[in-house]
Amino acid sequence: MNFDAIVIGGGIVGCAIADRLARERRAVCLLERDVLGGAATAASMGHLVVLDDDPAELALSAYSCARWRELAPQLPAAAEYRATGTLWIARDAAEMAEAAHKQRRLAAAGIASELVDEAQLKLCEPALAPGLAGGLRVPADAVVYPPVAAAFLARRAAAAGADVRAGVNVRTLVDGGVILADGSELRAPRVIVANGCAAPELLCSVPVRKRKGHLLITTRLAPTVNHQLVELGYIQSAHGGDGESVAFNVQPRPSGQLLLGSTRQFDDLSCEVTPRLLARLVERAQAFLPGLGSLTALRAWTGFRPTTPDHRPLIGPWPARPGVWLACGHEGLGVTTALGTADLLAAQLFDQPLPFDAAPYAPARFAAQVSHAA
Amino acid sequence: MPPELCVRVDGVEIQVPAECSVAAALRSAGFSSTRHSLDGTPRAACCGMGVCFECRVRIDGVERLGCLVRVREGMEISRDA
Repeated sequence: MNFDAIVIGGGIVGCAIADRLARERRAVCLLERDVLGGAATAASMGHLVVLDDDPAELALSAYSCARWRELAPQLPAAAEYRATGTLWIARDAAEMAEAAHKQRRLAAAGIASELVDEAQLKLCEPALAPGLAGGLRVPADAVVYPPVAAAFLARRAAAAGADVRAGVNVRTLVDGGVILADGSELRAPRVIVANGCAAPELLCSVPVRKRKGHLLITTRLAPTVNHQLVELGYIQSAHGGDGESVAFNVQPRPSGQLLLGSTRQFDDLSCEVTPRLLARLVERAQAFLPGLGSLTALRAWTGFRPTTPDHRPLIGPWPARPGVWLACGHEGLGVTTALGTADLLAAQLFDQPLPFDAAPYAPARFAAQVSHAA
Repeated sequence: MPPELCVRVDGVEIQVPAECSVAAALRSAGFSSTRHSLDGTPRAACCGMGVCFECRVRIDGVERLGCLVRVREGMEISRDA
């Protein structure tokens, strides 16, 4: 069969790309080997957050969050989109100074935020521990339930004419198409590898590494939390080094449950929950939310973030293989940046004006390492 | 008759077998559910061994798994967890 484009991977990113292309009336095929919106998409927290530590990350996340806001009224209720905002929590004066820097960086990108002092923090989040210095409130951030959002995008793509196939594995890429596990061939001049951590299975030199994370959800008797709460030290403690790290990150669910995160580790490729890390995660959360003490943890699970060496996603042509495009390596920001990724990639695929500069995400930045390892 | 003791369920005093779990005691006293799901569906112990988390109840104010806690004289059980 012939298509304009084949998208491999039915996570949030692949579904968003298929949706975007199908609605442009391109003949697109979306291939998912397991279930749509599974794997990293299903394991993730669904925090739609503007991150400003890297200008490229800021451009992509700010654009994408705006696109989510546009999409929100069309999402099904089960996608649980809620404009909770993010409250970045500062523990001390030094972190308050960082909050002020963050406010300026966000403002430069057109993102409104407000500094919150100790008294205001107590008013807007009474469950937080006393003695925290304050924080920065970013009201436009939101949360969504990612597997439902991904399935919605795939359904919408199918309704617009996309050939959406779940339970179909790609055996290999060939020039101008793919060979499926059953030996059949699908042809397209553009093949988009959007399968996250599985990208190296098809393209061994794509620099995507698994970074394990743990999440935990409580029962419904949780203390009331109004915003997605994140410690301001999150980037330093979570993204910073390559070592094992735990950072406070809590999301209120519409059910009254709290979703607690998060851990990061490279060294563990097993999907089992590590009690030691789960204990650290809970301990960290309790330091910020003392009322968690008597709460029941309902479930804990793990997932793998697709991570690149510079923590930026790979969006664009893969120089080692003409006709092959990448949309993977989003680490912990795949849900946030899925819609922006889809727009940026679609514009590149069909020579349309770019919504923002594509250069920072170009897979070609790793060309030196792929030139001898295609 | 095996020995019994007295607990309160949602404010009502009942006699239950002395040597059993809260989940079993509720069942034997004729309570068909331990809690309700978000959409209002009644739920009750499924596994009886601390895995399914369906028998959550509030015991003396604290959320517990009914199947893992033994009944005690005077215990206050609320089915609102």
